[in-house]
Amino acid sequence: MSQLVTGQEFPAKTFTINRELLIKYADASGDQNPIHQDEAFAKSVGLPDVIAHGMLTMGLAGKYLSDISGAEKVIQFSAKFIKPVVVPANTDVLLIVSGKVGEIADGLAKIELLAMCNEIKVLGVAKGVIKL
Amino acid sequence: MLNPDLVGRTFTSADSVTVTKEAIQKFAEVLGESNFDIAPPTFSISITLDQSQSLLQGSGLDWTRVVHGEQRFDIKRPIIAGDVLVGSSTIESARNVAENEIVTVRSDLHAGSNLVVSTWSTLVVRA
Repeated sequence: MSQLVTGQEFPAKTFTINRELLIKYADASGDQNPIHQDEAFAKSVGLPDVIAHGMLTMGLAGKYLSDISGAEKVIQFSAKFIKPVVVPANTDVLLIVSGKVGEIADGLAKIELLAMCNEIKVLGVAKGVIKL
Repeated sequence: MLNPDLVGRTFTSADSVTVTKEAIQKFAEVLGESNFDIAPPTFSISITLDQSQSLLQGSGLDWTRVVHGEQRFDIKRPIIAGDVLVGSSTIESARNVAENEIVTVRSDLHAGSNLVVSTWSTLVVRA
């Protein structure tokens, strides 16, 4: 990792989310809530369609963070789930993650993350702290 | 509605979890991560989900109305294959905001006496 400077921006990356990925994430994480796989069930509880696991969206933002520093340097990671990522059948939904360097102090850097889906911000105050 | 007397309640898993390289790889691959030597920063949720659900079982929460509001990880060191982890979860707070109920659960994973990761999951029970 090269020297970071407060305000420095990292290039955006695009992650593809589809129904197939939701099933794989459910299997890997153990979160088998049907709202992430079963369209009829999701609609029956008032959702517009199947939605992605919030932790999948956050996990992809975590991959973006790990790519900046190496996963071993990530010591804090947090986000709010402010809008659901709706995943219709047979559709690739694009999650665009970008980041910039916030405060740097005491050998730590704060990385502020932005996660957008269909031009809507889906994670709120998403940030990581990495060891320099 | 969560029984307010349950704030402070702690659930400690009876069994430890041994982290396998396969489990890390399976989780990492979904996220497009090709480094399987250490777990991705959010991997611990795959271990703590069960224990936090056990904690909240019988608490009066309506699971069909629960959405994940917020998540935080404090990572003392990365999880690696071979780690033997013991988890405990505690209901830290429960409060009402507008019509919704907001419950925060803290989950810790220890390897022996060393804390490896602490997580805070904020759950919103929609009115």
